[in-house]
Amino acid sequence: MSQVTLSQTFHETAPRKAITWRVPRWWTRFRQQPTTLVGLSVTLVIVFIALSANELAPDDPFTSVGAALQPPSSVYWFGTDDLGRSVFAQVVHGARVTLVVGLSVAFLATLIGIGIGGLAGFVGGWVDDALMRFTEVFQVLPRFFLAITIAAFFGGSVLNIVLVLALTFWTLTARLLRAQVLSVREREFVVAARAIGVRENTILRRHVIPNALPPALVNASLLVGAAILVEAGLSFLGLGDRSIVSWGYMLNNAQPFLQTAWWMSVFPGTALLTTVVAVNLLGEGLNDALNPRHATFAEAMPQK
Amino acid sequence: MSPSLTRYMFRRLAQVLPILLGILAVNFVLIHLAPGDPIYLLAGDSGDAAYYAAMRAKYGLDQPIVNQFVLYLWNAAQGQFGYSFAYTRPVFEVIGARVPPTLLLMGSSLVLSISIGLWLGAVAARRANSSVDHVISVGTLIGYGMPAFWLAQLLVLVFAVRLGWFPIQGMVDLRAAYQGAPLVLDILHHLFLPMLTLTLLHLALVTRLTRTGIRQEQGEDYVRTARAKGLAENQVQQRHAFRNALLPVVTTVGLQIGMLFMGAVLVEIIFAWPGLGRLLYDATLNRDYPLLMGIFLSVSLCVIFANLVTDVIYTFLDPRVKFT
Repeated sequence: MSQVTLSQTFHETAPRKAITWRVPRWWTRFRQQPTTLVGLSVTLVIVFIALSANELAPDDPFTSVGAALQPPSSVYWFGTDDLGRSVFAQVVHGARVTLVVGLSVAFLATLIGIGIGGLAGFVGGWVDDALMRFTEVFQVLPRFFLAITIAAFFGGSVLNIVLVLALTFWTLTARLLRAQVLSVREREFVVAARAIGVRENTILRRHVIPNALPPALVNASLLVGAAILVEAGLSFLGLGDRSIVSWGYMLNNAQPFLQTAWWMSVFPGTALLTTVVAVNLLGEGLNDALNPRHATFAEAMPQK
Repeated sequence: MSPSLTRYMFRRLAQVLPILLGILAVNFVLIHLAPGDPIYLLAGDSGDAAYYAAMRAKYGLDQPIVNQFVLYLWNAAQGQFGYSFAYTRPVFEVIGARVPPTLLLMGSSLVLSISIGLWLGAVAARRANSSVDHVISVGTLIGYGMPAFWLAQLLVLVFAVRLGWFPIQGMVDLRAAYQGAPLVLDILHHLFLPMLTLTLLHLALVTRLTRTGIRQEQGEDYVRTARAKGLAENQVQQRHAFRNALLPVVTTVGLQIGMLFMGAVLVEIIFAWPGLGRLLYDATLNRDYPLLMGIFLSVSLCVIFANLVTDVIYTFLDPRVKFT
């Protein structure tokens, strides 16, 4: 029997796809966890705050609105800082840079990781070897210290920070994707597809990529929180973007006033912690939903 | 050491070389990509003309770029990474002097967090889905999202500012000029809060890894066999499940050493602990580029070394690993 007839037989005997729309199984699993829903709602609230910062806090976070170092009151909800600026306005506006850095680093790093890991897995041979050595070098680079060096050399603009973090956060994605591609290529349904004469390109598009992506997506969601923490650390060192208010920078500002103005530290810190925990909960839920078999959060947790 | 283990070690060491080369290359590229004359990044920006001429010759800055890279590697191989102007000493001398306090801080918090984390993780795993487990889970989740420097600030606020139990900053009380045992006690008194901060942060990771590790091992065949042959549950947990659950803890902690450094550096700055972190902070303020790069290189070397040590420990812990 030639390949063509085998493939025809296969399609004739295959049951017709049901047309009715069904709730995808991963969404059901995702929804079932209360912690995931908490993470999702808190993340959405923070996104909302970031998007409507100008309406929620009309005060300019960089100009003085009253006396310096006022404790929280009904007028200044989170108090004022050493220059009389509204801490509330700063916290609300600070959500923007935090989310922008977190999301763009996760997006870029995942893109690079998918490209390099996918290439290594598909092509194999010396290309695979070379790309994996390359990945090892980037894996060892202590990203926080590299980011400090780069911010000191080139300046700490948001773009520079995003680029340097993306360039150091992609390694785990690349390794995950490579491993996934290698294992999916040998799975029975792919071997079967190849046996009935489906072309290599179609196999790649239909079978390998959709099956290799979930771990990369889960990892991307966990990268958001890690990137936010590194950015906060850089801003705390005074190496972040000085033209934009960020929570790390606020905490740096608060350091000399710890003994007199606790509110300068407590509010931005709470915002930072809440955001990272919410995003991580979301990532964990995504992990449980998309990779139920190795559903361990810590295992999938990227290096900070 | 068996011959196969020796061979494995050599092979593993040989794998380190390309990574080292890669890191030096990254450094070299940074120096040349940065705006301005690379001499200031290599030699600082407060020397005189004669000094710059000498440094230019040393790094061959008038030669083709390939020669420059070779010279850079040659200088690096001799341990010459430039000169810190702020301290008027070679970079590595300056860094070396700051290593012991950082090591004390990182080492003590790592020992504490691993021992407490293994215990907490085992408790959580054994009583999975109990209220104890849930409390531990929430704790680890918060610990994982906690920015190191903010936790440090909170602890200062509560234990140093409000309660006054611990000093706010520094490593010793300079006014008291203690000697001997009182000096040790004074250092411990200063060490407590920064150590607590780092311990709480690492604790989240270790606890979480231990819990998932044991939970996974509990489903394995050998655990069932151990139960079937009538071992007490304590024995099953400690002898079998726990030992195997150690493996992911060891690997992850070893691979996260870069992150541990990040935490240590930030915490040191809050507490004015006289280690690498403080040095790094001052270097960024002084624009002491050679020192900054020296710190970056030193931390990279530590990460490579930690990965190596992790691998070796792993081979001892897991008899299934073959040295091929």
